[in-house]
Amino acid sequence: MRITINGTPRDVAATTLAGALAEADLTGRIATALNGSFVPAALRETTPLRDGDAIEALAPMQGG
Amino acid sequence: MPVFYGTEIDSSLMLGTAGYPSPRILADAFARSGAGIATVSLRREAGGGQDFWALIRSLGVGLLPNTAGCHSAREAVTTAQMAREVFATDWIKLEVIGHADTLQPDVFELVEAARILASDGFKVFPYCTEDLTVCDRLLAAGCQVLMPWGAPIGSGLGLNNPHGLRALRAAFPDVPLVVDAGIGLPSHAAAAMEMGYDAILLNSAVARAGDPVAMAAAMADAIRAGRAAWLADPMERTDMAIPSTPVIGRAFL
Repeated sequence: MRITINGTPRDVAATTLAGALAEADLTGRIATALNGSFVPAALRETTPLRDGDAIEALAPMQGG
Repeated sequence: MPVFYGTEIDSSLMLGTAGYPSPRILADAFARSGAGIATVSLRREAGGGQDFWALIRSLGVGLLPNTAGCHSAREAVTTAQMAREVFATDWIKLEVIGHADTLQPDVFELVEAARILASDGFKVFPYCTEDLTVCDRLLAAGCQVLMPWGAPIGSGLGLNNPHGLRALRAAFPDVPLVVDAGIGLPSHAAAAMEMGYDAILLNSAVARAGDPVAMAAAMADAIRAGRAAWLADPMERTDMAIPSTPVIGRAFL
């Protein structure tokens, strides 16, 4: 199915949020949101994906 | 020393982590500043996030994640939830930007986001204006700290409305107050501390100085001096001269 990860369209075989992150090599200390809502790390394995979903995977960054 | 949500911090300087010439200079600036809290943010993972995480962990300071760049309560709430997980803290510097040129807060969305986050257990540090009514609403929403701007973010203009900041201090004598944004020089930071502010949050003034490490030390000195001056109870100002040398006993020549 076709989803977007951090704004970039991508075809994935995965059917869960955790699977899509693994396909995109998004590992380490990140936080995720699906279609604008926060998804805790503990729920990524059981969060299903649908065609057109938008994932945000955010990491620690410099800030003021 | 300032106490935020029951936690005492060793320094009245809170320092941002953005815009330094190098990670090494960032680390050295923190060491020289003695800052007890570092502000951080979340951005799309593009490869640098994990190295930055290791760097900030090595600083040995408390972390205050921000919601910089958010323009609505909804965005800010989601960002705060993500930050709480990544940085393992329930502290959040709540920024909801309302205007592109001044980066001044959208105080309506800010109060709404503060209410949602406080009821969800967050310890909210709202980036706000010095408006007394807005600050009152933020306290009612559950904030126990207020962070009015000195001037627009990154401007280095100092304290644009010292009278308003002084009025805010007087209106809320028991609420920890932090001047956040607009500081450009140590004298700006000292002036806010002399008014009785509890802490200063700054970033660009250090990161964009020619020598960030030296400026970090200068800021720390100024903030210490300003705090000491406030505690020493400054003299009253007058518009006319008052001779300091005794008048009695003056010779007639």
